[in-house]
Amino acid sequence: MSIMVKVEEKLYQNRYIVDESRPHIQIKSAEACQTCEKQACTFCCPAACYSRNETGGVTLVTDGCLECGTCRVVCQDKGNIAWDYPRGGYGISYKFG
Amino acid sequence: MVEKFDAIVIGAGPSGNAATYTLAKQGLKVLQLERGEYPGAKNVQGGIMYAHELEKIIPDFRDDCPTERHIIEQRVWLLGDDNYVGTNYRSEAFNTDRPNRYTIIRANIDKWWGEQIRKVGGLQICETTVTELIRDPSGKVTGVRTDREGGEIHADVVIMADGVNALLAKRAGLQAEAAPENVALAVKEILFIDPELIQQRFGIKEDEGVVIEIMGKVTKGMVGTAFLYTNKESLTIGIGCLISDFKNGDCPPYRMLEDLKNHPVIKPLIEGAEMKEYAAHMIPEGGYKAVPQLYGDGWMVVGDAAHFNNAAHREGSNLAMASGRMAAETVIELKAAGKGYSASNLAAYKKKLDDSFVMKDLKKYRELPGIMHGNKQFFGAYPDEITAAAHNWFTVDSVDKKTKEKAIMKAFVKRRSVMGLVGDAIKLVRAVR
Ligand SMILES: Cc1cc2nc3c(=O)[nH]c(=O)nc-3n(C[C@H](O)[C@H](O)[C@H](O)COP(=O)(O)OP(=O)(O)OC[C@H]3O[C@@H](n4cnc5c(N)ncnc54)[C@H](O)[C@@H]3O)c2cc1C
Ligand code: SF4
Ligand code: SF4
Repeated sequence: MSIMVKVEEKLYQNRYIVDESRPHIQIKSAEACQTCEKQACTFCCPAACYSRNETGGVTLVTDGCLECGTCRVVCQDKGNIAWDYPRGGYGISYKFG
Repeated sequence: MVEKFDAIVIGAGPSGNAATYTLAKQGLKVLQLERGEYPGAKNVQGGIMYAHELEKIIPDFRDDCPTERHIIEQRVWLLGDDNYVGTNYRSEAFNTDRPNRYTIIRANIDKWWGEQIRKVGGLQICETTVTELIRDPSGKVTGVRTDREGGEIHADVVIMADGVNALLAKRAGLQAEAAPENVALAVKEILFIDPELIQQRFGIKEDEGVVIEIMGKVTKGMVGTAFLYTNKESLTIGIGCLISDFKNGDCPPYRMLEDLKNHPVIKPLIEGAEMKEYAAHMIPEGGYKAVPQLYGDGWMVVGDAAHFNNAAHREGSNLAMASGRMAAETVIELKAAGKGYSASNLAAYKKKLDDSFVMKDLKKYRELPGIMHGNKQFFGAYPDEITAAAHNWFTVDSVDKKTKEKAIMKAFVKRRSVMGLVGDAIKLVRAVR
């Protein structure tokens, strides 16, 4: 029954205070992602911040990040994600929550 | 900032708010730090708020607390592919002066708490991320470092109310990373709609609310639940599953939510509503066995950061408020007795929790997370069988009722052996007894 869904359209509704060029989450080793079997971050992240790239690895763009922590939990066996909060006041700012 | 406080509370969710308010009200010098632009900016709740715990802290909260609707009807639905079986409980007795459960919009509640804290002299500072705990050579926590300039602040005791990610305790080695099977990821949307339509579709009056808890095919065999709640001028709809299941599946959470919104039973209820926000948050669901160390020299941990969440009853904010209050009361009592905040003195906090519903309920359901995790038939096969059984039962044809009963039972047993069925019943009863 699955219908195509554009997560960008959902994220578009949200308010973000962007901290230019200071991503709060980083992939530690690009090579480790290339050998990661499931690349579970690509389908577990609720904001689709992780996507498979042409090198067989994964590209992370944190702009739509909802700061949930799921990617950190999912990747803990590989330990390949350096996860932090954005600076105080930056990032997702829920109006309703 | 070279000031020293009696206590620092990290986080402005229900646990941190309860702790800060309780401390400030007793005249203690307390500082609450919150990383959001304003209180609530980072927070997500379904949300049902339970009055009882809030009443203990702010008895007349109903005077100005911005709740949405008080709940007069609770539905529990098991969704099949294009059908549902369910139970509803509705009562006029829920229309009282002092309702017990309200739907809420979380950001409104957190902002209201901020005002209450200011009224009793508590200091709440937002836009400040605590980056680590400051510890003396003996390991005692003596304050926090923040991402503000010169951001070292000291206090006699630090209460970590920083929510499910609990980064500070993890960084300090006081807590391990949560296992994927012990945390759920939930996604939700708020959908704005004419209140008249809400009232018509759900059969309620102004201020009255309906909540629907949902299980079944919508979680695609993963351990999880969904919900649809009525607010004043909006509906909230969400779905969440264990992260271990998301990891082993291949359905992204937003697709699951979209499928739920398009389910033939759900769609007519939300038709025409306008989506205004999409949110995601983790929920600690490992239960009793996943509760970490709760106190040590100079520190306590409360709320989601302590894994206090009763997944079986969808309770979190009340355990958060209760644990925050108890941590504050421990501080107040020790200060009054002229005692310090050593680990052995702060053990009184754990004792309070053990004697309360927080630990008693978590203990009661301690086997449930494991059972749900190890028995996927509750989320995969059963919804099909149960809705099919209902379909068979309610289809009026010329088949006699006894034959129908037999057919229904046979269908169940075909999927799962009789012993399997009996075993499931026993497991469930044991887990919730
Ligand atoms: C989708 C969903 C539906 C839910 N539905 C219900 C429901 O219907 N009823 C119910 O009772 N519960 C519900 N819950 C659970 C409930 O929301 C939580 O149990 C509750 O919010 C926990 O409160 P808390 O104060 O411990 O943590 P949180 O509410 O998470 O608050 C933590 C606070 O700490 C701040 N913070 C974190 N780290 C730092 C740092 N380093 N520096 C500064 N600030 C920091 C955060 O910004 C946040 O404001 C739901 C949860 C979700 C996700
Ligand atoms: S799960 Fe971790 S290691 Fe694997 S692709 Fe994602 S970030 Fe890379
Ligand atoms: S924290 Fe959540 S939203 Fe942000 S990148 Fe990780 S999984 Fe995605």
